[in-house]
Formats: sequence, C-alpha cells, structure tokens
Amino acid sequence: MKSLYKSAAILAVLVVVALGLLSTGVHVNAAAEGRVTGTIKLDGTAPHMRPIDMSKDPTCAKQHPTPARLENVVVGPSGGLANVVVYISQGLPASAAAVVPSKPIVWDQKGCMYQPHVAGMDVGQQLQVVNSDPTTHNIHPLPQMGGGNIGWNKSQPQGSPPFKTSWKSEEVAIPVKCNIHPWMHGYMVVVKGPYGVSDSSGSFTLDNVPPGTYTLTAWHETYGTQTQKVTVAAGKPATVSFTFKAK
Amino acid sequence: MGKILAVTIILIAILSAVPIVMHTWVAPADVSVHGHLIDEQMAETMAEAGIAFLAGQILLGLFIWKFSDVKPGARIKNFPGGAMGLVIGAFLLVGTEVLALGVFGVKAWSEVYFQPPAANAMPIQVQAGQFAFYFRYPGPDGKFGPIHPELINEGTQNLFGLDQDHDPASKDDIVTAEMAIPVNHEVHLLMHTKDLGHSFYVPALRVQQDFVPGLDVTLHFTATKVGKYEIVCTQLCGLGHYNMKAYLDVMSQGDFDSWLKQQAANQ
Repeated sequence: MKSLYKSAAILAVLVVVALGLLSTGVHVNAAAEGRVTGTIKLDGTAPHMRPIDMSKDPTCAKQHPTPARLENVVVGPSGGLANVVVYISQGLPASAAAVVPSKPIVWDQKGCMYQPHVAGMDVGQQLQVVNSDPTTHNIHPLPQMGGGNIGWNKSQPQGSPPFKTSWKSEEVAIPVKCNIHPWMHGYMVVVKGPYGVSDSSGSFTLDNVPPGTYTLTAWHETYGTQTQKVTVAAGKPATVSFTFKAK
Repeated sequence: MGKILAVTIILIAILSAVPIVMHTWVAPADVSVHGHLIDEQMAETMAEAGIAFLAGQILLGLFIWKFSDVKPGARIKNFPGGAMGLVIGAFLLVGTEVLALGVFGVKAWSEVYFQPPAANAMPIQVQAGQFAFYFRYPGPDGKFGPIHPELINEGTQNLFGLDQDHDPASKDDIVTAEMAIPVNHEVHLLMHTKDLGHSFYVPALRVQQDFVPGLDVTLHFTATKVGKYEIVCTQLCGLGHYNMKAYLDVMSQGDFDSWLKQQAANQ
C-alpha cells in the first residue's frame, strides 16, 4: 500500500514538471518574431592557408586527393568571410535569452577535419558529436579554466555512435582539438539567445529575435570581435553588415 | 609431489626457450649501417642469458627431484666453503657475465653514441608532443630558426613556434609530419620534446632513443634500403600514446630532393 502512495507521488511530480516544461515552450514561441540578416566581408587579401600534412594517419590522407587546408580564414569567391558567429551581446530580454533551440548542433569529424570548423550554439542546446571517419578521434574542448564550463576529453573510435552533450554557460569561444590528429582544430561558440554563423558567402541569419534595440557582436577566430547596434521591428527583417580588415 | 614440480619446472624452462632457439619471432629486416652490431649484441645477450636461465632452472629441477623426499628438518649437505663461499661464487659468476656483456657491447654503443656524425650528415629536427611527431628541415640556408615556445599554436599549425616574420633563418624552414631521408646518407637527428617524455623508435633502423624534457638529444644513423617504415613512441605518454606514430620514408636522393621541394612549396 505504501509503495502505491509513493509511485502516485512520483507520478504527480512528473506530471507537474512536464506541464511546467510545456508552458515554457508556449511562452517561447510567442517571443519568436523578428529576424536579423546580413553579410560579413573581409577587406583586403586573405592570408595564405597552408595545406595540411596528414601523413601521420593514412586513413585521413586518403580522403583528400588534394590536401585539405587550414581554415583559420575562409573567404568565399565574393569576398564573404565565413565562420563568423553573430550573436546578441546586449539588450535581449531574459525570456528570449532563455529560449533553447530544440534542434541539436551536429559536430562532425569527417576527413579528419571538423565540420563545421566553427559552430554556434545556445547554452543547454544539445550537441551531437559524430565520427564519420574510419579512424579513432578524440574530442578535446578546452573551455576557460574557472569559467562555468568544464572541459572534457573523449575518445570516439570508428563506427561508434554519436554522443550527446551540451554546455552549461556562455563562452566565446571554446577551442576544440583532437590529440591524435594535431591539425584538427575548431571552435564552439556558446551564447544565450539567437545567433547566426556566416557561410562561405558571408551571409548569416538570426531568427526569433523579438522587436527591440540590441548590440550585436560578430566574432572571428583570427580577426577578433566587432559590435554594432541594431533595431529590430516586428515582422520586418533588420539588415546588418560587418567588415573585418585583413591584417 | 616434489617430483612433479621438478619435471614441470624443467618443462616450462625448455618450452619457453623453444621459440627463441627456433627464431619464431624475428625483428624486421635491418635497414641501417649500425644495425648488425645491435643484432649481434642482442643475440649474444640472448644466448648468454638464455643458457644461464636454462642451467639455473634445470639445476633447480634436479635439486627438487633429488631432495624433495628428505624428511623435514633433516640436514642435506653444505656448499663447500659455506654461505660466504656461495655468495662470492655467485658474485664472480654474475659479475663476469655482466662485465663481459658490457665489454662486448661497447662497440655497438660507441658506434651510435660516441662517434660524432659525419660532417656532411643531414640535420633534421624532430619534435615529440602529445601525440605526434613533427620534423623540421633547415631549408637552403642550412640553419634552423629559433624556437619561441609561446608561439606554438596547433590551430595555425605553427608547430615549432617559429617567427617567420622576424627570424630570417626560419623563413625557409620546412616542417613536415612525415620524415623522409635519402638512402645511404647519414642523418643527424636533433631531438626535443614539447611536453613530457617520449621515445623515437624505428625497429627497422635498430634505433630507439628517449626524448627527455628540457634536453636536446642527438642521434645519427644511415638507412641503407629504400622503403617506408614506422616510427613509434615507446614511452607511455598519455591516452593517445597508442596512436603516436609517424612514417619514415627512405628515398633515393632524386626522389628525396623533389619531395623536399614539394614540402617547401606547401609551407
């Protein structure tokens, strides 16, 4: 009899928690209105990106008939700068900052390179680490010591299933490396609220931005950060562009 | 019961010697100039230690066979000269054996460590770090640029911490992940580690040398056969130790020159 009460109590708690989660979900959708789009350009010539010598692991080298190159600066044909993370650094209401996208971020290891090289993600957003290579990798993110995130270092042999994790607090940016393949290097940019990562044409989009005035920050691994003010009106996408200067 | 133990001990000793006497497991073919000295030394050591091992085990077995039935507390016999004689005898026997191995081994050792490399030996720097080896060739100027540890950055692949904007000697340095060398040309290896202890082991070359943190260690050898050989780390250095390796590519002089040119273009 006692155990019956116990399970009823547990069930009740679960129902309350589930209802609570559902109600936040409803609240989330209400905030999703505006959007910020734009492009990022590099002013000047991009530095030479060295080809990578993967001879240490023949299974890696075999996947690149022409050697892969470093990705510290990736510029598209139209001069757009890729791998820039744009996020709202000031002015976001707490309710919008608390929204966590349900879609997981996939961090793939393919051809012994990180795909993507730079990933934006929300605090608490699910991160799926995938190994598509016929070799063992180890994924070693190095968050700032003493910050809100704790580093880890996991091996992922070929054929092993993706593993799921997430980051606990904001951090721009967490370097990620593979100890087995020292050329593998990337960044995870963990923010609160909407973010966008520029593609090879330099364009980015921040969805679900509630109307208001914000400070946007654009971060690039080589060229650092830039900020800009932006005003978002309901139902009307705001356009912003950033230009980084080649050193 | 004692007799069964005696037979077992002798059987184990003989069976464990069989694969060694029959050469069941052999080292990869030697491709270095000095390698035969190491092989001869290894064979001598194996023979000497093997004979001593077999003699010791068989003697032990025979004693057990002979005296296992003696009543508890019964006195058997004294070693001539007592315990003191036994200790001196063992000391002389083992001491001579160890000394002999050392005296005969000096030749192999000095060939690798006491003789300086030839004046025309090709210098190559090798850097060990968790969990990879990287190599540096000095380029046309024949000089290695200085290393600035604070500039080491795997993200930009500045693996040696070179400052190519300010150090003229670094400008033409060639950094590779594979070690290519010309055949029949002496190589002078300058070794250092970026973090902790590692080891540079090329079984086919009969070369095995530890990296010691804080020390610049050197080594020289000549490869005599074109081919691709494995370089592995043999000092347990962390989680990725099992995967710490690189390849040694021994090439003809012509192939090596074009390989180096290709690598220089990739910098």
